[in-house]
Amino acid sequence: MASAASATRSRAPSGPVKFLRSSIGAKSVMALTGLILTAFVFGHMVGNLQIFLGPEPINRYGHFLQSLGELLWLIRFVLLATLIVHIASAARLIVLNRRARPIAYVLDDSVQVTFAARTMPWTGMILLAFVVYHLAHFTLGTVQPELFSHHDELGRHDIYAMVVLGFQDWFVTAWYVVANALLALHLSHGVSSLFQSLGVTTPSLRWPLVDLAGPAVGTAVLIGNLAIPLASWLGLLELPYGAM
Amino acid sequence: MILDAKIPEGPMAQKWDNHRFRMKLVNPANKRKYKVIVVGTGLAGASASASLAELGYRVENFCFQDSARRAHSIAAQGGINAAKNYPNDGDSIYRLFYDTVKGGDFRAREANVYRLAQLSNEIIDQCVAQGVPFAREYGGLLDNRSFGGAQVSRTFYARGQTGQQLLLGAYSALMRQVGLGNVTLRPRTEMLDLVVVGGRARGIVVRDLICGDVYCASADAVVLATGGYGNVFYLSTNAMGSNVTAAHRAFKRGAGFANPCFTQIHPTCIPVSGDHQSKLTLMSESLRNDGRVWVPKDGDDHRAAPEIPEEDRDYYLERRYPSFGNLVPRDVASRAAKQVCDEGRGVGSSGLAVYLDFADSIERLGRDAINQRYGNLFHMYEKITDENPYELPMRIFPAVHYTMGGLWVDYNLMSTIPGLHVLGEANFSDHGANRLGASALMQGLADGYFIIPYTIGHYFASGSFEPVETDQKEFEDTKKSAADRLQRLLDVRGGRSVDSFHKELGQIMWEHCGMSRNEGGLRKALELIPALREEFWRNVRVPGGNGELNQSLEKAGRVADFLEFGEVMCLDAIGRKESCGGHFREEHQTEEGEALRDDEGCSHASVWEYKGDDDFPVMHKEPLSFDLVKPSVRSYK
Amino acid sequence: MNLTLQMWRQRNLSDEGGMVQYEISDVSPEMSFLEMLDILNESLIARGQEPVAFDDDCREGICGMCSLVINGIPHGPDSGTTVCQLHMRRFQDGDTIYIEPWRSRAFPVLRDLIVDRNAFDRIIQAGGYISVNTGGTPDANAIPVAKSEADLSMDAASCIGCGACVAACPNASAMLFVGAKVSQFRHLPQGHTERARRATRMVEQMDAEGFGNCTNHYECMAVCPKEIDVRVIAELNQEFLRTELTGSE
Repeated sequence: MASAASATRSRAPSGPVKFLRSSIGAKSVMALTGLILTAFVFGHMVGNLQIFLGPEPINRYGHFLQSLGELLWLIRFVLLATLIVHIASAARLIVLNRRARPIAYVLDDSVQVTFAARTMPWTGMILLAFVVYHLAHFTLGTVQPELFSHHDELGRHDIYAMVVLGFQDWFVTAWYVVANALLALHLSHGVSSLFQSLGVTTPSLRWPLVDLAGPAVGTAVLIGNLAIPLASWLGLLELPYGAM
Repeated sequence: MILDAKIPEGPMAQKWDNHRFRMKLVNPANKRKYKVIVVGTGLAGASASASLAELGYRVENFCFQDSARRAHSIAAQGGINAAKNYPNDGDSIYRLFYDTVKGGDFRAREANVYRLAQLSNEIIDQCVAQGVPFAREYGGLLDNRSFGGAQVSRTFYARGQTGQQLLLGAYSALMRQVGLGNVTLRPRTEMLDLVVVGGRARGIVVRDLICGDVYCASADAVVLATGGYGNVFYLSTNAMGSNVTAAHRAFKRGAGFANPCFTQIHPTCIPVSGDHQSKLTLMSESLRNDGRVWVPKDGDDHRAAPEIPEEDRDYYLERRYPSFGNLVPRDVASRAAKQVCDEGRGVGSSGLAVYLDFADSIERLGRDAINQRYGNLFHMYEKITDENPYELPMRIFPAVHYTMGGLWVDYNLMSTIPGLHVLGEANFSDHGANRLGASALMQGLADGYFIIPYTIGHYFASGSFEPVETDQKEFEDTKKSAADRLQRLLDVRGGRSVDSFHKELGQIMWEHCGMSRNEGGLRKALELIPALREEFWRNVRVPGGNGELNQSLEKAGRVADFLEFGEVMCLDAIGRKESCGGHFREEHQTEEGEALRDDEGCSHASVWEYKGDDDFPVMHKEPLSFDLVKPSVRSYK
Repeated sequence: MNLTLQMWRQRNLSDEGGMVQYEISDVSPEMSFLEMLDILNESLIARGQEPVAFDDDCREGICGMCSLVINGIPHGPDSGTTVCQLHMRRFQDGDTIYIEPWRSRAFPVLRDLIVDRNAFDRIIQAGGYISVNTGGTPDANAIPVAKSEADLSMDAASCIGCGACVAACPNASAMLFVGAKVSQFRHLPQGHTERARRATRMVEQMDAEGFGNCTNHYECMAVCPKEIDVRVIAELNQEFLRTELTGSE
């Protein structure tokens, strides 16, 4: 029995911009872009772990990716766009959230806010810096240019040599360790959170499944990603023949 | 003062129908032209505002709380009665009517009570449609329980939060109308006085509690739904802000005040723990379904409760009332508790408490079953007292809970001032001398949803309304007197806080006009109250100023009115020379100490008319006749 | 016991305000927290000072009026408890207690510890209701509701609108409050006809009031005196997203 009067109250037409500006719309964008980025991080890790199979598979994998040509650029474009939307949306939400409490508590305490959740903006910003560094390191080759020019016997870019030799530098390795720890922290809140933001949790799903999903993904990524620099640095990966 | 109850003609069951047909209607297109002021946003106020706005009237709604959702109706725990007879256990409109008239100790108006019982069913339908999440059975239909000793299960409930859920239902209907622009809501705004123009209620004077502005609002009719006056006792189960000001001010402007001495003392509250106590917490009456009430046989028995053997315990309700036992009505249970405490057999550090013991039920039904039924209440008890009721019996004591008295209204809910309508606990109409459990919510909503929308239209259609302006003399004068009074309160600059006066008044009222009363005590109160009032106006200290948020000033105005109103209560208690319901006069009791009603001399509502500050008010009688339910002795033995 | 209180004092909306320290003695462990403040106020009045303004009404944990942040936690250290039901036995002799108002742009401080929470009312006005007029409703038992659904509805409906969720949220978000209302109606057939409209309009109003966004800390649930589960936020997200994505209104 909706009254006629209430139906006449007009509402601005809904559109994508309006949706994205709404608090739940913005959060769902964070969740979806986060999901894509998490999937990338996971795939990236699995691909890179081929390094433990020796130089041949990883170099072949690298060559395969390079050979994708325009498709590779498309993937790169999508990832970049996703990242930009994720960051832009986050930045906007951070500003709004700061503004929502103009006067802070003199004594602030909390019952259950986690370190990971509270530091999302900080871990996010440091991760952005790391992504730039990582691209400069292994994609553009500007960090250790002397290693970027190696080629294997088939003439392919020698990724194996580049990686293993690259992580002989303790500073580079330490930076990767720190960044991946932060990535794990970021994922541990982000992955659990995206289910809630997309509205697919229920109390029975939330604990333990969803609440543990974040830490589980974070830990898996941490172990997988750090295995490569640490194994390189500790000399567990055989140095490429002829190198050094 | 003419007290014409305007009871419609015809057989009882047809009175409301006949009346609805005979009442004049306002043309739908003309409803916009009428404006109604509603004071209060509890069950009665919110439901009235919403319903009137839905019909097309312009409504301005005031409340002193920060939001309309906070009115004290929200605290009702137990449930709401209706004669649906869903459990098929023999309930009917007539039975609900009969129980209510009898429960009220034959001091309510039959026609009003019958209408209440008729409307009870529509209330449940309305609330369900609004999304009130009543308890349900596995089959998806509504669950009912028996409450307050009723012999049928007619109480609908939403966990222990029925009042909250019903209020939120009415509040949401109200909010919808506010959103549509049909109701102007003014929270944190307190009514200070009523404006009467040409003999009719045409507006109110209010104070904006945030900035201190005193201003007038005008309308074609005023509806008061401002609750009860239980806080005259200082300690009660009412909210801290509940007050008599609106009703008392209306009384001083010419509205008759009916049965002010009818106050209900609820038997199961958490006892006072010290002088610092600011309010009393009710524990739902349902606890008496499984708890046994007792005190030690010997007042000097100071052993811990579990160490007192059966033979040294006095289960006094079971002993005195073998057939109803622990489920006797509220007034009877309360008085019995007071009696054993007066005999020096009360328990706890103050000696003002009795045990409510669940040990037998826990043994019989298991701890889980008790937890299922009363878990939240046990939790609340433990939070407040730091004692675990699974191991130690609860300590309980009666506390002021509800006031059956209120502004006199006719069948149309209109007071003796034309245009001033009074709903819910603020009026006197339906509960007589004692209210049954789960009936207050029913009455508030019946008044607001289903009675006032019709009767106010009849009032509008029956006369012509000159436009009034808030700058005309009557408004300006009333506003000035209200503002002057606030200034006088600030100007006293004495030495005692408002609360200390309120506490002292409460002690006087509790001592002499509380659970049992006698002429000597009441006369003493009539000496003490004016003396206290005189000191108040000479020695109260109200810090701060008028043009700001000033809680001391708010309280001072309310306490000043309680200091006047307490006297009217005592006068009424002296005048009613019988014991009935919540009013127990020690001079009028049987040899066994039971209440003794006087149907010959006292079958009336006593209605008080204000005669100026220097004179006593004058009492008028509205005789009560009982055509369907013949008055009998209420026996629970 | 004797206590030191650090309280927020602020004259009015435009005053800057600040913390003021008070010493209070002879506090009994039986007192409720608000009764302790009553005693403080009595002593302030006796000394010719203005009492501390704070909101309270029912003092039995149901009206939602009381609103103090005690040592950084809304409603203080006890879970599932409003300030008015917090007792002094929870504190030790010699403690220093910080008492501050709810902090949110949408809840401006009116005086001392009193804030304006009408933003919540405006959110309800935007759609927190079922559009039925009085009268003409079907019999209460005409539409059966599964007990499990009615219970979920009731769980959500027990929200007292105190605003502790906003006060506790690092982002001052009102999602638990809005979610609770949306969830109450979502689990009842009566609420279905307007579900799409309700979610969008309430969220729109919530955003307009200047509340922050939910970043899933769940601090709201931890301080909620009625222990409302954050599943209501997931349900609100779901209702809103479904409406926006399907374009239904």
